[in-house]
Amino acid sequence: MTYSYPDKGGHFGPYGGIYMAETLIPAVEELCQQYLRFRDDPEFKAEFAHELKHYVGRPSPIYHAKRLSDSLGGAQIYLKREDLNHTGAHKINNAIGQALLARRMGKKRVIAETGAGMHGVATATVAARFGMECVVYMGAEDIQRQAPNVFRMKLLGATVVPVESGSRTLKDACNEAIRDWVTNVETTFYIFGTAAGPHPYPMMVRDFQCVIGDEAKVQMPELIGRQPDAVIACVGGGSNAIGLFHPYIELEGVQIIGVEAGGYGLATGKHAAPLSADAKVGVLHGNKVYLMQDADGQIVETHSISAGLDYPGVGPEHCLLKDLGRAQYVAIADDEALAAFDALCRYEGIIPALESSHALAYAMKIAPALAKDKVLLVNLSGRGDKDMNTVARIKGITL
Amino acid sequence: MNASMNPPVNRIQATFDRLKSQGRRALIPFITAGDPSLAATVPLLHALVEAGADVLELGVPFSDPMADGPTIQRASERALKQGMTLRGVLAMVAEFRKIDATTPVVLMGYGNPIEAMGWDAFAQRCSEVGVDGVLTVDFPPEESSDAFLHLQRHDIAPIFLLAPTTNAERIRQVAKLARGYVYYVSLKGVTGAGNLDIAGIAAKLPQLREYISLPIGVGFGIRDAETARLVAEVADAVVIGSRIVEEIEASAADSMLDNVKHFVAGVRAALDKEMS
Repeated sequence: MTYSYPDKGGHFGPYGGIYMAETLIPAVEELCQQYLRFRDDPEFKAEFAHELKHYVGRPSPIYHAKRLSDSLGGAQIYLKREDLNHTGAHKINNAIGQALLARRMGKKRVIAETGAGMHGVATATVAARFGMECVVYMGAEDIQRQAPNVFRMKLLGATVVPVESGSRTLKDACNEAIRDWVTNVETTFYIFGTAAGPHPYPMMVRDFQCVIGDEAKVQMPELIGRQPDAVIACVGGGSNAIGLFHPYIELEGVQIIGVEAGGYGLATGKHAAPLSADAKVGVLHGNKVYLMQDADGQIVETHSISAGLDYPGVGPEHCLLKDLGRAQYVAIADDEALAAFDALCRYEGIIPALESSHALAYAMKIAPALAKDKVLLVNLSGRGDKDMNTVARIKGITL
Repeated sequence: MNASMNPPVNRIQATFDRLKSQGRRALIPFITAGDPSLAATVPLLHALVEAGADVLELGVPFSDPMADGPTIQRASERALKQGMTLRGVLAMVAEFRKIDATTPVVLMGYGNPIEAMGWDAFAQRCSEVGVDGVLTVDFPPEESSDAFLHLQRHDIAPIFLLAPTTNAERIRQVAKLARGYVYYVSLKGVTGAGNLDIAGIAAKLPQLREYISLPIGVGFGIRDAETARLVAEVADAVVIGSRIVEEIEASAADSMLDNVKHFVAGVRAALDKEMS
């Protein structure tokens, strides 16, 4: 299939675009020009590759979760181990890319929003690595859920600003970071954490995360002599997912499955799954996407056990892939994700992030009905150390 | 301006024409619809007019007001908690028009509630209830062609923001689409922030006027009568929002109208003194 998105204005079909206040349009345009200038610059690419190899520890391995697969009695589950990256998740890939760009643009201050804290930690890490001032906005609710990551960011020298407005989660942290950017646009680079927001972020974040899928495309044939039957990743904003999916779009034999946070179940309305629930299309945080909203167009509060997926929108490229039918989007409820979390701990000695547990849960759900020679590649986007408090609380344990 | 052979009498244009002939500047206060209560808004609008407002900017509350500071965000949250909706705001304008047929009303907010209602239905309803202009903060010209066709068809003026960072090419683009007046954001930041740069505004406005023949209003960060007077020396209109919303927030229910009127009348007097 011919697939070449976004267009010059950042549109993925009817999605994406630049829906921003006039005060930020010039900043977004400058960012786009600079990114396009450096994207194909051999020196920039070499420095990015060097950082990914020597600082992040790439390539991340792919691991055959054999005991887990055997326990299910069907398809073989392979894990792309983004959890083994420096800082424990895929977020660092993008943070390094944007920090390198920020440096070239002469910006000495970086800001970020964070949900689960993984992007905040990644940003604080690269800010320390490159000697930049760093401010991270985080919903007050998430600060409670993800205390270890808050401490990590502070150790790394970042200022963590609690956001008390709205639902006190990721979307409110985004609002606050955007306000900071409007106010300090000349000195500040906004390291956006997911493949959403105004153009060029969805494209740029995707490009930086594509290292995941690019590696997998080489690793899978080495491991099993062919590509997997399906690639599966969790989708909040969807950066780990698009990083794995995008290189596979052209391989039509590979099924692409995005797993959203089903929360208490789609029927309850308490979830964070705009694609699976066929939410109405709307505009938030600079782009037009499937968006959880009420009849009046107000953004509704979402729910997920996983802070990193607890977001009412989704990246524009996922919206397009859904419409094109090239990717399929499904939802996994909190309890299913928790069961997958437990299973991976017990069968494989790997503690996954609650976000990644959603992708794993879906693979575990479909594996039993598939033949034993079918291969499902799950993006294990992050490790679960940050989720100890959440999981302990659910299990009724005080740490 | 409107290229129609027989231009409709638009309240915004009529207002600015009248002020120009009087040698006066426009005072444009902003309040959030439904703040602090649904019942308060229409009386507040009338009070603003009595105190000397020329154009009314009525904020349509949104759950995620990214371009606004804490004051207007709190106002939006209060209004949404009262059950304020876009359709409800339009009904308030209809109510206001029963008594006031001449003061222009501009709705200001974010695009998503309008997207949810549909631009066609929205523009038609605006026309029915007597809305004169619409400013959607997060819909720049590039993303708005369909939206503005609907507004234009119903003779609703699309109002645009320009910023200190806006370059000449974008100013030209806005000049082509804008009707009514153009709103110059006087500082880098969100609504209600401080540090207004009067000299910067004075330097920027002639540059804008090279391309824009419409009246230019200046807002964001105007907090008192004296600053308003200084801004009015260079601008056609002064927009005041957060400071009035603060007055509403701080007032007891029985003194709110008086307090708001007192503040706005003070600004009006300062503006007119400058011109005398």
